[in-house]
Amino acid sequence: MRAFEYLSPKTLEAASAAVRTAPEGARIIAGGQDLLGELKERIATPGRVVSLKAVPGLRGIREESGSLRIGALATVQEVAESPLVREKAPALAEAATSVGTPQIRALGTVGGNLCQRPRCWYYRLADFPCLKKGGGTCFAVEGDSRYHAILGGGPCHIVHPSDLAVALVALDASVEVVGAKGRRTIPIADLYALPAVDASRETTLAPDEIVAEVSVPAGARSAFRKFREKLSLDFAVVAAAVALGPKGPRVALGGVAPVPWRSREAEAALGAKPVTAESAAAAATAALAPAKPLKNNRYKVPLACAVLRRTILAAAGVADPGPPAPPATPAPTKKAGEDF
Amino acid sequence: MSPRRDRRKLSVGLPNAVREIEADVPEGEPAPWGPDSKLKEVGGRVPRVEGAEKVSGSARYTSDVRLPGMLYGKVLRSPHPHARVRRVDLGPAKALPGVKAALALAEGREVRYQGDEIAALAAVTEEAAEDALHAIRVEYEVLPFVTDLEAARAPDAPEAAEGPNVRPGRPNGRGNVEEALAAADARIEATYRTPVQTHVPLETHGTVAQWEGEKLTVWDSTQAVHRVRDSLAQRLRKDKNSVRAISEHVGGGFGSKLGLGASAVIAAMLSREAGAPVKLLLSRREEHLASGNRPSSVQVIRAGARKDGTLVALALASHGTGGVRAGAAGCSAPLEQIYPCPNIRVEHADVVTNSGPACAMRAPGFVQGAFALESAVDELARELGMDPLEFRRKNLRTDSALDEIRAREYEIGAERIGWSRRGKDGAGKGVLRRGLGMANGIWGGAGGPGPVVEVTVAKDGTADVAVGTQDIGTGTRTACAMVAAEELGLPLAAVRVRIGDSDLPFATGSGGSSTAPSVTPAVRVAAAQARAALLEAAAKILEAPLGSLEVSGGRVVVKGTDKSVGLFEAAGRHPGGVVTGRAERSGNYRSFSGRTAGVQFAEVEVDTETGYVRVVKVVAVHDCGRIVNRLAAESQVIGGVVMGLSYALMEERIMDHRTGLWVNPDLENYKVLGCLECPEIEPVMLEVWNAGNATGVMGLGEPPVVPTAGAVANAVANAIGARVRELPITPARVLEALGQA
Repeated sequence: MRAFEYLSPKTLEAASAAVRTAPEGARIIAGGQDLLGELKERIATPGRVVSLKAVPGLRGIREESGSLRIGALATVQEVAESPLVREKAPALAEAATSVGTPQIRALGTVGGNLCQRPRCWYYRLADFPCLKKGGGTCFAVEGDSRYHAILGGGPCHIVHPSDLAVALVALDASVEVVGAKGRRTIPIADLYALPAVDASRETTLAPDEIVAEVSVPAGARSAFRKFREKLSLDFAVVAAAVALGPKGPRVALGGVAPVPWRSREAEAALGAKPVTAESAAAAATAALAPAKPLKNNRYKVPLACAVLRRTILAAAGVADPGPPAPPATPAPTKKAGEDF
Repeated sequence: MSPRRDRRKLSVGLPNAVREIEADVPEGEPAPWGPDSKLKEVGGRVPRVEGAEKVSGSARYTSDVRLPGMLYGKVLRSPHPHARVRRVDLGPAKALPGVKAALALAEGREVRYQGDEIAALAAVTEEAAEDALHAIRVEYEVLPFVTDLEAARAPDAPEAAEGPNVRPGRPNGRGNVEEALAAADARIEATYRTPVQTHVPLETHGTVAQWEGEKLTVWDSTQAVHRVRDSLAQRLRKDKNSVRAISEHVGGGFGSKLGLGASAVIAAMLSREAGAPVKLLLSRREEHLASGNRPSSVQVIRAGARKDGTLVALALASHGTGGVRAGAAGCSAPLEQIYPCPNIRVEHADVVTNSGPACAMRAPGFVQGAFALESAVDELARELGMDPLEFRRKNLRTDSALDEIRAREYEIGAERIGWSRRGKDGAGKGVLRRGLGMANGIWGGAGGPGPVVEVTVAKDGTADVAVGTQDIGTGTRTACAMVAAEELGLPLAAVRVRIGDSDLPFATGSGGSSTAPSVTPAVRVAAAQARAALLEAAAKILEAPLGSLEVSGGRVVVKGTDKSVGLFEAAGRHPGGVVTGRAERSGNYRSFSGRTAGVQFAEVEVDTETGYVRVVKVVAVHDCGRIVNRLAAESQVIGGVVMGLSYALMEERIMDHRTGLWVNPDLENYKVLGCLECPEIEPVMLEVWNAGNATGVMGLGEPPVVPTAGAVANAVANAIGARVRELPITPARVLEALGQA
């Protein structure tokens, strides 16, 4: 990695200022589980790295007037193990449990998990001057897109890698951020923006804005499910989170879109009625109806459909009778295995 | 000159099926242990002798070697799949602080794959070396390239290396396949595909090189210390005795460390230029890109059988790529060897592409070939409406020891997995569907001549075994200790084994499942010679003829008297109080079976909605002649199955063919089976009294990786009633086979 100046300020305001005034760019570091990969590959070459480790008060998990308030420096493991989170926001605890490995969960933080950069191989490898790195093309369009977006893609086709964000979108969480203009609170969904807005970044934060705290309405019935090829360490091929709160169902998908993907189609299909096997299947189908797979990721459509259906049933506590009888599908035009 | 051989009767065979054969055993070699031998050490379950060192972190691997003043080497690698290197400007790198040596490695030549070496340098820290790499200026003339296997076969494809991309081999076979297929009652034709796989040893290739005057010592992570010594001496134009290669512990090699690695040559050159020791360890990315791989394959198999299940025709037309290395991608051996099929035709073409060169990888060719063959055999059995195990039983030779072993393995495996539970393909209902499958393997593993062993016994009752072999994680050190302890009647703790050093007596490389069957017989013979020398010394001390002596309770006794001397005390008669036996591994003599079989059974559960394949259990039944260390043998089988499962379900080099670059040269997206994917693996060792050498041992390094992918693929087909013919069997491929994607 390129040599950098390392600062460890005592307040978030000072940290924000340290980022703002860095002559050769700066990056925030908390657990470092994501940033180090970028630094080593030299796809991030900041002149300054600003640590949040010395900022007090960013670690706790507490309940306050009907919401769970989780500090940005709480580790993923602390969230996974928190009795409060497990009871009041089970989808979030399940999402945290599914992250990385025990080592990664022990060091990775909530703020870092929400702000991590995508895993797209064309982004992560310095060899590819992709759109996200300021280049002219998204290599996934013509290249190998097996893990790329089926919803919301274009011109860049990454999928957002955060599991926690998927759960938080379903749970209708909000995020408090600190920057030059002080503190502001935004709904978690507004933390993210599609690449159509700006392909070079995934969040709406100003460069000097720092996530301070996450606030999660407590008590909704919820569930999170993640499908990965390798259980012992893998990002989601597809994830889903569903919360059945007083304001109606909220449905989010991960691993399928450049942002944690809220599916209003699924929410509408579920409506205000009690969840049934039929309504869960219909909602899952509705969620994937707008899917536009790339060359190599058609399989993610039925996969996401299955994962979402199961997650809805899990959130509602309805037994899974298995998938509905499949509609007549045309016979596959290719021999098994081709194209992937 | 070969030693005189004595004709001896040897007991060989399987449990409950022992017979006698006559074999010519070299004079001075004890007859192989037979079914009636009472053994104390050999056949036991012994944790490896260096186990405590390894788990406590004190075992010294190449990466642990630190020398005073040591520098760190790094290699600049080609970012292009094909280019001519016009100029390498090391100046800016050399000007940086801490840089002590720099070499241009590819100036004026073509580089033909991403990751080929361009330049190297050494600096006082790893960070300084890495910074300096970025300062090297290289002028490339980018050339047309091709990385895609099929694209490379097109007539107008760019030439990947010198010569045509498609390099057909000589067809082989017997009988007349076309006539036999035409006359067959059932026939199938199917295409099977396997990906490029890399070795992924936990310890990457690496070297520490140190010059002392004109003498060079390299600590190298290798499967062949003597070959490294010899090849390095040749490359550097030094005599053999100026170079020493040490490899105390090796974190896996799987074939990729059989030759002289580039890291050793580069480290030695950098060290010479810098006048200081240099450590050069490859990163995981370099390991993937440039340290060898298992070639891909596309295998079109046609097979035919008669109604009664007799296999009458097998034809294989295959091609595959080993990157820029041609001649490595053939995979017909299992198809030519496993079944007694009278009509066989195989044809193969290697396809040269602009990607890293292939090299030997655990059962080269056999792993790809067995997957396709064993899938095809199941498909043919299904066509006939026969149980696939029954079909295979119909195709056993009656006059073959190997098939006698195989028949026994069928029986054991079927019972352990509960084969009678197996339903018809796709008969299950519900989302999660279980299936059972099985597949055959085949390998050699008889070992051969080469290794030289010295066993030195001291009068204090300890022994030293010295041989320039290496323990690549398979338990060689422990096996040598057990065999010496057995022959000498010593406790294991009294035997020290020195290996992994080219200053020790010559031994061959650890490849081809040859180490245990090549080294342990020489250990036994050398120990027997030391023991004979002790008895001769005892005879002199006791002033009695040799024939009047017997050994009892560690003492040499003159029969019928109370005159005795301690067996090891007798070494006191010799200078230094030690006796040394020295033996060279002789040629193989007649054995029961010169080859190993191996049969595996798998049970899987497939989620038909997500395509996820969970392997529930694998029963792996393997033979390896005499078993020295049962614990190590079982571990070897488990390790092989894990690697086979990883190949079946996950591992795959993924290239972006438009740029000719790898997109997963890491361990995130190059997925290797993890602990949560490991099913219950039940290793079952079928002990065979095999003869063939002084210990009767056969190799077990490769056999357990051969059948696994076929067994899993067959189990998946049984579960879902649809077949995935391409590895790895990913959720995407399962969903597509089910017609859902």
